[in-house]
Formats: sequence, C-alpha cells, structure tokens
Amino acid sequence: MPTDDPRYDYALRPPRLPEPVDTTLAQADIGMDTRLGMYRKLHELRQFGKRAHDLFLQNLVKGTTHLSLGMEAVATGFGAAMKPGDYTFATYRGHAHSLARGMELGPALAELCGRENGVLGGKGGSMHLTDASRGMMGSYAIIGAHLCVANGAAWSAQMRGTDQVAVAFFGDGTTNIGAFHEALNMAKIWDLPVVFVCENNLYMEYTPIDLITAVPNPAADRASAYGLEPVIVDGNDPDAVYLAARRALARARQGAGPSLVEAVTYRSGGHSRADPGKYRPEAEVAAWKERDPIPVYHDRLLSLGTPEARLSDIERDVAAAIDAATEFARNGREPGEETLLTEVYADGGSQWRN
Amino acid sequence: MAELSYRDAVAHGIAQEMRRDPSLVMLGEDVAAAGGVFKTTVGLLDEFGPERVRDTPISEQAILGAAMGASMTGIPVIAEIMFSDFFAVCFDMIANEIAKSRYMTNGQVSFPLVIRTANGGGARFGAQHSQSVENWCMMIPGLKVVAPSTPQDVVGLMAASVRDPDPVVFFEHKSLMADKAVIPDGEIVDELGTAKVVRQGTDGTVAALALMVPRALEAAERLAQEGISLEVIDVRTLVPLDTRTILDSVSKTGRFFTVEENPRLCGWGAEVVSIVDEEAFWDLDGPSIRITTPHIPLPAAASMEDLAIPSSDRIYKTVLGSVDG
Repeated sequence: MPTDDPRYDYALRPPRLPEPVDTTLAQADIGMDTRLGMYRKLHELRQFGKRAHDLFLQNLVKGTTHLSLGMEAVATGFGAAMKPGDYTFATYRGHAHSLARGMELGPALAELCGRENGVLGGKGGSMHLTDASRGMMGSYAIIGAHLCVANGAAWSAQMRGTDQVAVAFFGDGTTNIGAFHEALNMAKIWDLPVVFVCENNLYMEYTPIDLITAVPNPAADRASAYGLEPVIVDGNDPDAVYLAARRALARARQGAGPSLVEAVTYRSGGHSRADPGKYRPEAEVAAWKERDPIPVYHDRLLSLGTPEARLSDIERDVAAAIDAATEFARNGREPGEETLLTEVYADGGSQWRN
Repeated sequence: MAELSYRDAVAHGIAQEMRRDPSLVMLGEDVAAAGGVFKTTVGLLDEFGPERVRDTPISEQAILGAAMGASMTGIPVIAEIMFSDFFAVCFDMIANEIAKSRYMTNGQVSFPLVIRTANGGGARFGAQHSQSVENWCMMIPGLKVVAPSTPQDVVGLMAASVRDPDPVVFFEHKSLMADKAVIPDGEIVDELGTAKVVRQGTDGTVAALALMVPRALEAAERLAQEGISLEVIDVRTLVPLDTRTILDSVSKTGRFFTVEENPRLCGWGAEVVSIVDEEAFWDLDGPSIRITTPHIPLPAAASMEDLAIPSSDRIYKTVLGSVDG
C-alpha cells in the first residue's frame, strides 16, 4: 500500500472545513427560554454521550454504541421546535434524538447497559431506543427503512386529521440507498406531513461521502428530483437548525407537504465505539473542533446577556442528572427468563403453536 | 348464499372489514383504479374512495413502511405486494422492522397490519413470479402466516387477519383465483391458528396448504378406490400452527405426509414433521414423508412446471407406495 496516496488513506485528502459561524443568528427571533432550553439539551446530549463512552470502557455498556458527540445541535434544534404529539424516527445513532424528545436519562442509560430497568427492558439496546409515549417512535438500525416508516406515521396523522408531523433523522450515507428515494417520492405524491433530516457528517462510516456520491450535497442536491427545495443548514448551530425545523414543521402542519433538510455537521469521534476515526485529515478534525456547537452557543448566550452563572448552573444540573442516571443504570438488575419470551406478539407472549 | 370465486372472495373479505372499521385503509401497486393485477380488489375504490384505497408507485419498501408507520400510530392497514417473489426487495421491512419492533421495544408498539400477496405457481410465469415463499415468513419470529385454499376461508381468514393485532402475511394462491364456491350470507369471521380436517380417513394423514389442498383431496379420492382411507388436513395458517389437529390425526392414522409447493429445503413441512417426530413418534407405523417441489427454481415451460410442483398423481403414487390399505 502506498503511504502517500489519498486513494489508500483518506486522511491524506484535503480537509473539508466548516463554514464560519453565522453571527447574525444572535438576532434571530428565538425566545430566551427556548435558547436556554437548547443549551441545557446540548449539555445533556453531550454528557450522556461521554458517559456512555466511559461506561463502555468500563465494560458496563456492551455490544456497540454510535455516539452523536459533536452533532448534538441537530437533535437539539429539532427537539426544541417539535410539538409533544410529533413523531421522531431515528437511526442506530439515536441517543440524542431520543433524549431530545424527553426520554429519561436513567432508563436510557440502563438500556445501554442491558438492564431490566432500561427503557426497553434490555431487549433493544443502544441501537433501538424508543419511547412511544413521548413520540419517539423508534431507532432503526438498518439504513433507509425508517424514512418509509415515518411516511406511514405522517400518512396516519393526515388521515386522522391531526396536525402531527413525523421527523426522520438519518445520515449522509442513507441518501444512496433505495428506500431514501422511495420515501421521498411517496411523501411528495401524497403531500405527507414529514420532515427528512439528513445529518451530513461528511463520512459514510469510514468513507468520505463525497467519494461515493454523485453530487456534492448528498441530500440537498437530490431534493429537486422530488420537487422539493434544497435546504442546507449549519448543523453545528442549534439556532440555525431550530429555525430550519420551525419552517419545515410549519409547512408540514399547513398541509404543504414534506421537506428535506441537510444539516452539515461533524462527528468528533468515530463511527462506532470500535472506530478511532483515523481516516480523517487532522486539520479537518481540528477545524471542526473549533466549531463545536457547545462553546459557540455558550458564547452566543453570553453575548445576549445571559449571566455566566446561569450557564454554569445548567451544566452542573445536567452533570448531577447524568450521575444519578448512571447510578440508576448500575443498580438495575440484569433481565432474565421472566421477560425473555414476552412481547413477541400482541398477547404479550411468543406462542406460535397450540 | 352467493357463489364467489377465490379472487372475488379477496375483495369481498376486504370490503366486509372496511365496512366494519372505517379507519381501515389499503394500499398497493394497481390496487385501486385497476382493481389489482389479479382483479382481487375490484370495486373497493368505488365503494371506499381514493383516500382509503390507494394506488402506489413501484416502491415495495415505501408501501410496507407506510403500512408499518400508519399501523403503529392508530390506522390499521392492508398492504398488497403484487407477487410474493417481490418480498425479496422489501424483506428488510418484513423481517427486520415489522416483525421485530414489538419485541425490541418490549411491547411499546403494535402493528395491526396485513400484507397480502399473490403466491405460488401454475401460471407459467417462471422462477421470479411463481414461488411459494410461506417459509420465508414462517421462520421470522413476530409474524403470523396465513394461506387459505377456498373462497370461504379467504373471507373468514381475511377478517381474522385484519382483526388480529399482530402483523399477518396473507398468501393468496394464483392458481386458485378462478375456483368458485357458495359461501354464506352475512359476516364471516374465522380464527387464525386453526387447521381443518377436510376429509376424514383412517390409514394416513396428509397435511397440505393452499393449492396443495385440492390436489391432496383429489389423490385421496383415487386412493379410496384402492381401499386406502386418507385423512386430509388443510393447515390454513402456518403461524400460529395448529399442531393439535395434526398430532391427533397422526395418532389416529399412524402415517404422516406433507404436501408442499415450496422447494424442498426448509419447507414448512420439515418443521411439522419434526414436531410429529418429537411428539407422536410412538404412534407412527412408518416414516413421515414430505412431498415437495424439487430443490430447483421453478421452470416456465408448462410441461416442466407441472413436473416440478406436486401433482395429485404424485401424491397418489407416493401414498400408495408407502401405505398398506
């Protein structure tokens, strides 16, 4: 293998650098309560992700985890703009989207640890977090499917005459699978109240997305094929995401049909816990670290007159909640035979014969 | 009392349920204005309108995704996949998403939906439009699997499938579409998980499904002339599986045969035979015998397809050669 050939080592490719922060967003029409709520949520998602990583290293979280570290602004911005009855459909990288809809930290962390007090009783694990009571309709671990399922929830809302909207989050890699295209077409022909949110973190697992996609913007450049507007937002800025979410959700509620939003962001870590992410240019990783959503948003809130103490109180509150959630998870029992055979069928059991 | 064909019974059964439950909807390719490529949904658009009976693009994943998402949020759905062979392009939805999400979420979500599909051979369509794929679905925990053989069972089991809170895969046999029968007036509701003894006998038991049921009955009629009394069971639903009816019959007759349209390996009969072996072995007077399509893709030529799929003559000869009258 040549040592200096970017075809063999993607880390040698030119870095893809983030756009500068849009400073005009400080003046955007977003209430301070909403902004502080988003600040809290950013921290919750960040600290939860870090704790999940730590517990993995302690062998308490088994299997795999796909973290949203660095990408928290997308789930945060949408979570703040969505109404309680709206539906979220996420991927295996779904912790942030689950917590953004109000999933409790303790049961979420316990699920990652395979405990009976987990939100799925230990049956789903890290890749399938679901809290239907809060509109979090599932985390789907096979690329593409859940865009089609989100259509179904949106179709149902349309038929029932509610103003609910379904939001499907997915990665840039999803734009190259057939289900993405089937879903967009059906959503458009039926004017479904659904928002498709592509989190473009520039890498399909370990491969740069631009190397394996026919167009530079994997989602936005496909929008016109389905009669949709191309929308690209700064996925590292919660205000930018929130404004885009508010527009897309309003469109859907007014019966104007689906939207496709491409939020450009970056994973600060690897694809999954097994991946150190060494295929990325160092200058690129460093530049995106400078655009980490949390310090940027911290500074924006200070510039808007929020006292530093208010922000540090939020950080401390969240840290305490994460510690309590960790204790909750650690204290959970490992599930056993009592539930192994339950909930395969709607009668609560798994009986397939008489 | 009205005479209905198997194909008319499909629309009849769906209409019965759509009248009962105004929230029930259906979707699929060519199901609305065209009435289905097998004419199994004729009249539904006229009666229930374009909001409840929807034509879709050729997008099998989107069809089943829509069914899944709607059913998990309060709208029961009947989805048609035109040919069961096409399950292969949307099997993620069937096997990974619809079947498993209830268990994975520890019961947070339910999927009251029916996936209808045209299944089986005999129409000379070749290897990609003729398969019997019940076993593809039978092997997936979380699904229920139904394959009726008569017009009345189509109506009654359709009603049972729609009313079932779990996802049901409903196989309609292409070569039974023209079969006619008189069915009773009024609502017909059957029960999943119930096999039916369609011919009483004492010398052997044949379990058959869908198109294989009339063929087994024809063979049994000929065998009777040879002094062999064959009991024929229409299995009707593979999941839930009515093992009790089968085991009781085998215990009575002492011999067991399955007639399966699927290629040999891992057909539904293999599971049933293993159950008979484990639970009725000491009642058997000889080995269980599976009569199946050979382990080949189905050929298109009429003469070859007829050789491949179990015929009543093959059933007759196989049973005759192994049962003492």
